[in-house]
Amino acid sequence: MSSSLLFNIATFSYFAATVIFFAYLASRNKTIGLAGTLAAVFGFLVQTVAFGLRWKESYDMGHGHAPLSNLYESVVFFAWTIVLIFLLVDVKYRYRAIGAFVLPFALLGMAWAQLMADPLKEIQPLVPALQSNWLLYHVVTCFLGYAAFAVACGVSIMYLIKVKQENSAGTSPAGGVLSIFPSSRVLDDLNYRAIMVGFPLLTLGIITGAAWANYAWGSYWSWDPKETWSLIVWFIYAAFLHARITRGWVGRRAAILSIIGFIATIFCYLGVNLLLSGLHSYGGG
Amino acid sequence: MKNQTNDFVTSLWRFFSSLKLTIFLLIGLAVVSIIGTVIPQGTPPPMEYLQTISETKFELYSKLGFFNMYHSWWFILLLYLLTLNLVACSLRRLPHDWKLVNRQVTVLDEQLEKSLPNVQFWKVSQSAANLKDPVAAMLGQEFATPLVTKVNEEYHLFAQKGRFSRLGVYILHFSIIIVFIGAMIGSFFGYKAFVQIAEGEAASAVTSTSGEPINLGFAVRCDSFSLSFYDSGAPKEYRSVLSVIENGRLTVDHQAVIVNSPLTYRGITFYQSSYSQAGPPTFRFAVRDRKSGATTLVTATGNRPVELSEGETLTVLGYVPNFGTIFPGYTGPAVQVQMTGENVTTEPFALLEKYPAFNADKGGAYFISFAGSNQKWRTGLQVTKDPGVWVVWLGCFLLVTGIFVSFFLSHRRIWVRIGGGRIVVAGSTSKNQAVFRSSFDDLIEKLKKI
Repeated sequence: MSSSLLFNIATFSYFAATVIFFAYLASRNKTIGLAGTLAAVFGFLVQTVAFGLRWKESYDMGHGHAPLSNLYESVVFFAWTIVLIFLLVDVKYRYRAIGAFVLPFALLGMAWAQLMADPLKEIQPLVPALQSNWLLYHVVTCFLGYAAFAVACGVSIMYLIKVKQENSAGTSPAGGVLSIFPSSRVLDDLNYRAIMVGFPLLTLGIITGAAWANYAWGSYWSWDPKETWSLIVWFIYAAFLHARITRGWVGRRAAILSIIGFIATIFCYLGVNLLLSGLHSYGGG
Repeated sequence: MKNQTNDFVTSLWRFFSSLKLTIFLLIGLAVVSIIGTVIPQGTPPPMEYLQTISETKFELYSKLGFFNMYHSWWFILLLYLLTLNLVACSLRRLPHDWKLVNRQVTVLDEQLEKSLPNVQFWKVSQSAANLKDPVAAMLGQEFATPLVTKVNEEYHLFAQKGRFSRLGVYILHFSIIIVFIGAMIGSFFGYKAFVQIAEGEAASAVTSTSGEPINLGFAVRCDSFSLSFYDSGAPKEYRSVLSVIENGRLTVDHQAVIVNSPLTYRGITFYQSSYSQAGPPTFRFAVRDRKSGATTLVTATGNRPVELSEGETLTVLGYVPNFGTIFPGYTGPAVQVQMTGENVTTEPFALLEKYPAFNADKGGAYFISFAGSNQKWRTGLQVTKDPGVWVVWLGCFLLVTGIFVSFFLSHRRIWVRIGGGRIVVAGSTSKNQAVFRSSFDDLIEKLKKI
């Protein structure tokens, strides 16, 4: 069995999980919610095996590097980290409705990766700049951080929908799809917690990147667009965390800041490579 | 008048130590940082970009420092303001937290009891003197060893955990200043430079990024440079073999330097950065006369024609290190050559080092095989001296430590008062209320069983 077949199965599982989570929102049937989580777990396990298999395939081809070296591999890994963080949140808090707002990010990533042209999906040997153990530490910490921000963003979107409904419904009891959303207070708290996890990881990602750059090029910081954008993301979430202490910035404003933070994260990850020029050309040179 | 000055100083202090300023600066820095990622940076900025913008735009951008944005006065000013804000905020809040770390209220009086978020009490029949030891033991087992104070026949127990976690946020903020200090040490006492050394030659001076020569105090010799490619044509390795000669003595002997594996000598680090040709390549050919069977060896230098016989020359038009990139299925180097006779010039054709049979029919009266090539290379090395880099790493280490401590550790305190037929338990935590509350409730359950 090849890793690409398994990646396809994982993509389909995430698709199924997304659909089931939406069905859960509509039906409010707990068994359906559990089925959504199980589909996500299945996809996650299959993808984990696929990741290991692709690593082994790389060894068999004589390259032997972790599958984290080009755009395709990074998008796939990003999806994996999003599902990982989602499942951790699910195990800890059991708010299944969150799945409907987080799994689509993972599905989008996997679907895009699977639709890429075949040459982009091939296992390529590493160019000299990427031949370093720092690659693993840097990519893993960055993407775990990004994934935590993705979860924070999904939760923030839920928050905005929820408070809108709470405001318009006034004091009457909440009903419909939104009744299985966690309360707005819980959503606000989850947003904060996800960022509390993502921020240290992003910090580690920036530091490992700086250490690697210093080792490879003799400069730990050179205001390359990728570096600068990672710092922009860091500033935004640092502002979020400080704004929280002043108490004024909870709820709506915190949710909006979290969504802006994730948009900046995505720009840092993809926009910089696709629209600007710099050091991170995903294995192109 | 004096009051006015005081008011001014106070409001200035309030301004610089306010969290509003922090948020404004963080968001402001995030927004203005975008400029330098959209406008190409450099002095002078890249020509291709300048051609796309108007004269007035160029004037404006130059005045605003947009072409070297991250070193412009206003960007540096924002960073200084952030540092100032960070120091002021820390100074303003540290005394309060320092007190909480070092001095504790160990007696649970009514006033304190009212101020705490978690309080529970229940009636007991045993005397306070009998209860204090088992309660203290249980508290020590479940939480932390308490300090026992006796006040008016009542026993007060106080236990705490993680008091130093209150200092995490100060470690975090201090670490950012350390990083800045490290960066400053680097920019004042270090340099970034570049040097190109041809194979077999040595350099004892490098050129800084601003174009000034810097004497190394020793010589670096490039013993050899080589490059290799994957079958796909992508680069596999750039390798310089370097030696260092100091005061006529060989102090580093033939050390390989590749990307991600630099050479450091006397605080100066050499990084594999680029390469170029040092002079034209030479190509060797074995030329066999098809009629006589006699073989001669000829060497062509660069694109200069080499004579095979009178009036007949061979010219190398091009060279690729890996033919597989043009013609999948083949590997190894190839040359494109052309034969020129008295009146005729052949079509260019390729000769492969690893496949002598390839195009063997070309070459007219001669069977030509490509026997290899020689290229003298010049390695390009990035040269960096940065005595501040370890300070930066220290700052980064403290930054991560500070984040971890201030995000995930908390200062938890528990007070117990035994007396008057009651046990009162109160607790507080510096963060993570929900987790604390559940462990507080567990503790109460256990204490009630005594």
